[in-house]
Amino acid sequence: MTDRTDTYIFDGNTSRRGYRMNKMFMSLRTASARERFHDDEAAYCDAFGLTPEQKKAVVERDWQAMLDLGGSIFYVYKLAMMDGKSMQYLGGVFTGMTEEEFVAALRAGGRVDG
Amino acid sequence: MAEVIWGLATSHVPSIGAAMDRGKTADPYWKPLFDGYQPAREWMAEHTPDIALVIYNDHANGVDLDIVPTFAIGTAERYQVADEGFGRRPVPDVIGSPELSLHLVESLVDDGFDLTVFQELDVDHGLTVPLSIYCPDPGEAWPCQVVPLLVNVIQYPQPTAARCYALGQAIGRAIAAFPTDDKIAVFGTGGMSHQLAGARAGYINPTFDKWFLEAIQTDPAALAALSREDFIRQAGSEGIELIMWLIMRGAMNDAIGRVHETYHVPASNTAAALALFDNRVPQPA
Repeated sequence: MTDRTDTYIFDGNTSRRGYRMNKMFMSLRTASARERFHDDEAAYCDAFGLTPEQKKAVVERDWQAMLDLGGSIFYVYKLAMMDGKSMQYLGGVFTGMTEEEFVAALRAGGRVDG
Repeated sequence: MAEVIWGLATSHVPSIGAAMDRGKTADPYWKPLFDGYQPAREWMAEHTPDIALVIYNDHANGVDLDIVPTFAIGTAERYQVADEGFGRRPVPDVIGSPELSLHLVESLVDDGFDLTVFQELDVDHGLTVPLSIYCPDPGEAWPCQVVPLLVNVIQYPQPTAARCYALGQAIGRAIAAFPTDDKIAVFGTGGMSHQLAGARAGYINPTFDKWFLEAIQTDPAALAALSREDFIRQAGSEGIELIMWLIMRGAMNDAIGRVHETYHVPASNTAAALALFDNRVPQPA
């Protein structure tokens, strides 16, 4: 629907591609699930049926790859929160900035030239 | 009959709730935003509704991607505050109004809006943050009953802005036919411009936001004409949440009075705004 390459459109096909991984992220809302994830991340991913590429992205915390493989930012954020990472940290990852630089850019009024 | 007394358009950024929950509202980062809320809070405290209809979206807390209802409504007596992964917000559970919910379901289905019905629903920051913006210190219980109305703004295709505005108009008709003397507030939540993911993350468009803030009162039809692509280009991929403001606007009278507004960048990754409208103003003949 848009030709922008700097913007993810979470459409039906993306949602199908990321379905298992997003369900795994959603499960991390409970403390017991987070413990099981911590114990063996790869096995936890396998239990949810992630593809090898998705599992690798999760275990390596490759946030960009998680989005490319069908992750919804609202679901990916569950894993980031578990790691103690903020949405500003993720914003920095996606834009090639440190978290501090990203926060400063927002405090200066946001990236208004996009 | 029941009456819509005011409408509140407000961002629902989770960190706004966290700032309140952690006593950080006087910190330099947050103070301008909370100072901006104050006149609206004082006015709302003097004009208390019996029921709040809160139009919001869930963020992977009460609903997952198994089922993606375009429009949905809660019909429960009580809604538990969701644990979003870091414990529940220290705010009261939400007490519903099953009577109004069921009236709305029937009226809206008869009017051509086939809503999904939730008999059980955990409500996340999309609903509780706007309630906290209305009422920062609820104590043991929120000061009104709440009906949650959910909109899919996360997975394409989201409903069109025009459909949201038309749904709001149908809600307005339904409330006007609700046979009680309840006073009702309508909350349209989300926005303003923001984008969380991709190389364009951090995008903010104050020009668009200020136009939208004005037009939501004076020219909602112009906003209803915006396409999904317009929203994503001009307000960022998550700025499309603003379609929910149009449901609120549709439920209100043609002429509404602007009580207060505030606009602040940033709340986390988002341009945050509040606009409060009085529905009980003289109407043009």
